[in-house]
Amino acid sequence: MKERIITCINCPMGCRMTVTLEDGKVTGVTGNTCKRGEKYAMQEVTAPVRMVTAVVPVADRRLPVSVKTREPIPKARIQDCMAALRQLHLSAPIEAGQVVLADVCGTGIDVIATRTVS
Amino acid sequence: MENIIRKQLVIIGGGPAGLAAGIAAREAGVEDLVILEREHEAGGILRQCIHNGFGLHRYGEELTGPEYAARDIARAQELGLDIRCDTTVLSVDGDRRVTCVSRAEGLQIFEAGAVILAMGCRERPRGALGTPGTRCAGIYTAGAAQKFVNLEGLMPGRRCVILGSGDIGLIMARRMTLQGAKVLACVELMPYSSGLNRNIVQCLQDYDIPLYLSHTVIDIQGRERLEGVTVAQVDERRRPIPGTEIEFDCDTLLLSVGLIPENELSLRAGVALSPATAGAVVDDALQTSVPGVFACGNVLHVHDLVDFVSDESFRAGRAAAAFLRGEHPQGETVAVLDGEGVRGVVPQRVHPGQDLTLMFRPAGVYKNASVVVEADGVEIARKRALVFTPGEMVALDLPAAKWANVHGDLTVRMEAK
Ligand SMILES: Cc1cc2nc3c(=O)[nH]c(=O)nc-3n(C[C@H](O)[C@H](O)[C@H](O)COP(=O)(O)OP(=O)(O)OC[C@H]3O[C@@H](n4cnc5c(N)ncnc54)[C@H](O)[C@@H]3O)c2cc1C
Ligand code: SF4
Repeated sequence: MKERIITCINCPMGCRMTVTLEDGKVTGVTGNTCKRGEKYAMQEVTAPVRMVTAVVPVADRRLPVSVKTREPIPKARIQDCMAALRQLHLSAPIEAGQVVLADVCGTGIDVIATRTVS
Repeated sequence: MENIIRKQLVIIGGGPAGLAAGIAAREAGVEDLVILEREHEAGGILRQCIHNGFGLHRYGEELTGPEYAARDIARAQELGLDIRCDTTVLSVDGDRRVTCVSRAEGLQIFEAGAVILAMGCRERPRGALGTPGTRCAGIYTAGAAQKFVNLEGLMPGRRCVILGSGDIGLIMARRMTLQGAKVLACVELMPYSSGLNRNIVQCLQDYDIPLYLSHTVIDIQGRERLEGVTVAQVDERRRPIPGTEIEFDCDTLLLSVGLIPENELSLRAGVALSPATAGAVVDDALQTSVPGVFACGNVLHVHDLVDFVSDESFRAGRAAAAFLRGEHPQGETVAVLDGEGVRGVVPQRVHPGQDLTLMFRPAGVYKNASVVVEADGVEIARKRALVFTPGEMVALDLPAAKWANVHGDLTVRMEAK
């Protein structure tokens, strides 16, 4: 049996929850005040995900363009995603919402621009 | 040669507050208005906040700062608002004369029927802290570093310590790490962080960046460039405890130690400021002590959520439009007072019996508590929540019907269970 301490991020209560795991399966969550905490704790210990935002240089432009993953990606892939973004060579024009890197690192999730560079 | 131009409404600042105020004023029928913005683009501080988390209240989705700003800018363009960028306002006077300068137009003076102050806030600089040590390069406010990294694509340094654990400092800890720097520590004077739990988890814990609570920077080393900082634990009276020093070998120190409303212009216009918020004292129409001068957004009081900024600024825009039509609320006002556990209620003076939104920060952490509004000792409204913290502004709606027959001053206070 393993235990992990998780702080719930869904509201300012910041409940500290203890999650017990057996063979990688969640067997219990304690310390949460409401259901949202339990759901978050399960997600966090089994398949944590994060949005990634960054800036990428644009050829012949002084200012970089800001980008984001369209959906959260697995937390373990954040550094890979950043490494892939460092390899990107973008040139203007770029429309906000445009895909700048499709299916980043095989996650099935696109990286899109969040600002227009004309 | 100065030129004098008559305008119904002049809005100072083209951040989310100025944009929302302009949109609402135009929608309420003000045709002749101008927004003056000193930067090259509208959007304010949101331009550099490339992380997501904006707009959950207003749009039900999490946008990045630039995306949130783009929606207001698009709406402003649709309405044909006159937004003049690269234009810095130098002064406002009590007769609503606004003096500004731009390269394109030189010095200009607007004589305005109404003025909306929407200049935002600025960060406390190093000087305000009394941090000891030499004046070497490598020390920046977190917001300045955010501007370098996110707007200019420049990295302020490679090995970094962050002083202050407010949200901007936390966000920058993650940004610096993702863009390739090593963040050695986040140091917080208080025994708790004023940042959101979400940011503590996703900006520090995710990257194994240690958070030192009840610690501060006691010394700074380096001549030309920062070479290191010394951090020590503090006691209950915030004095460093000898023997607890930790040395960090770093080339960058980011300061995230608080925001202050940008009220130099307001002061010179004769606008009275509140010691509790460092912003203007306003009535329920967000009018300051100078008739026809309104304030909204971070220049009025420092917000944490841009959604609330927009909401407040829509009200300011509508109120300025009403003022221009000669429909400003008249008659006696009552005061709204900070009661126990409450800091900086806005607005501070109100005309009784109107729909009202009261905003403030709790002075401490209150679990399972209520906010209570009283008039002459009689309860007229109450809001309960599992938790209230100083890091989250509380907004409380007081519908007209709830206080139709009230005469005395209102007091807002916290009540622990
Ligand atoms: C660094 C930082 C990070 C933030 N992160 C978040 C976050 O993660 N989530 C969130 O919801 N909120 C965040 N906020 C808060 C939110 O962005 C602000 O509440 C919001 O931007 C305030 O809008 P505003 O229009 O009042 O001020 P601002 O956005 O600061 O806009 C004020 C504008 O006025 C202009 N101006 C000032 N003086 C003059 C002058 N004399 N002449 C002409 N123009 C002038 C400025 O150039 C600026 O464009 C953050 C704030 C800061 C400072
Ligand atoms: S468990 Fe519920 S009450 Fe506790 S922090 Fe999470 S959302 Fe808030």
